[in-house]
Amino acid sequence: MARIVGGLCTSHVPLLGRVIDSGRTGEPYWQPIFEGYEPTREWLKSVNPDVLIVIYNDHANGFNFKYTPTFAIGCANEFNPADEGNGPRPVPIVQGHSRLAWHMTESLVHDQFDMTIMNEMDVDHGLTVPLSLVCGQPAAWPFRVIPICVNVIQYPQPSAQRCYALGKAIRRAVESFDEDLNVVIAGTGGMSHQIHGARSGLINQTFDNYFLDKLVTSPEELAGIPLVEYVREVGAEGMEIIMWLTMRGALDDRVDVMHRFYHVPAMNTAVGNLVLENAKAQ
Amino acid sequence: MEQVLTQLKERMTDYQDDFDDIPGTVLFNGERLRQGYQLNKFLSSLVDAESRAAFKSDQAGYLTKFAMTEQQREAVVKRDWSAILNLGGNIFCMTKLAIVDGTPFQHVNAIMSGMSHKQYEDMMNSGGRHMDGIRSKRGG
Repeated sequence: MARIVGGLCTSHVPLLGRVIDSGRTGEPYWQPIFEGYEPTREWLKSVNPDVLIVIYNDHANGFNFKYTPTFAIGCANEFNPADEGNGPRPVPIVQGHSRLAWHMTESLVHDQFDMTIMNEMDVDHGLTVPLSLVCGQPAAWPFRVIPICVNVIQYPQPSAQRCYALGKAIRRAVESFDEDLNVVIAGTGGMSHQIHGARSGLINQTFDNYFLDKLVTSPEELAGIPLVEYVREVGAEGMEIIMWLTMRGALDDRVDVMHRFYHVPAMNTAVGNLVLENAKAQ
Repeated sequence: MEQVLTQLKERMTDYQDDFDDIPGTVLFNGERLRQGYQLNKFLSSLVDAESRAAFKSDQAGYLTKFAMTEQQREAVVKRDWSAILNLGGNIFCMTKLAIVDGTPFQHVNAIMSGMSHKQYEDMMNSGGRHMDGIRSKRGG
């Protein structure tokens, strides 16, 4: 049986990818951020998952507005890094797990989540920056990846509650797979930021830290917050943190915090990283 | 049935009103998508290397391939970022144009919020834009 052995969530700031790609992680402005991820990299090495399920959103790179699936799952065997206007990032091709992805698709659709099935899809910084943050610069990514893309940029988006419920359905899908696999699930995006209009540059450390606290202890409270309040408190672009709830939904009600990191700013964005495992003492 | 429809309509209207209460924010809803579809189609086309080269070598000629309004075309030519946004541009599509131009996106953010680059950078380095007074048009 496949099992979810842990969850992590992280921001996916595109500039962090460019800093890694150009070997500038030691610069004083950036160094504290990469240092903050060191325990996560160590944790992931020790857990050594076979598969990482990544909940992310595309930013008009892999998809344009010709189609906007609310929830899409990557069922292919590989996914190329997307060209976002300056050539694709120089990172390894992302290897998928087609058999598990198809099993999950079937399970999710039977479980009332009508996924869009992606057989070809480029993955943008929303997926590849988290991989770089938690793996560094390996010649090949050390696990297979199942991308799950959530529409958070075109209104109307799914609610926080729906994202949380998706996580629970993903857990059922993984645990009903017959192969013996260790799976980690990652929620990406956030934390507070807005990159358009007169509110550009907002950072809400109070809400971010409240979110980090409650994601551990009472995710249902966060799932109950309407999208408009997320947009108000963490910005029109920061509201993507609702994808962290999908990660959380795939874990037990009680979890242990393996690592927590928060930093302001990475250019326009508050950076957050949390690593969770199901609580040892239930 | 009628009651259910009335409730649904009210819910959708409240949802829109609630979003409209947030200051300094342009939400990319269906109306924006319809208004900006061709504009965003142009902006998104810049994720392709050949299209970028074609655009760079003849900007005006390349823009005629997309059925945008004159206003939208003019906003693109002038790089009037706020106008692009207000004419239905999606912020993530707009990043492609900034990347092609080599314009740091923080400069675009500074312009859109009416600040100098230096003021904006200093604000970010001291913890970002403060939340006081930017939550709600009704409530401050």
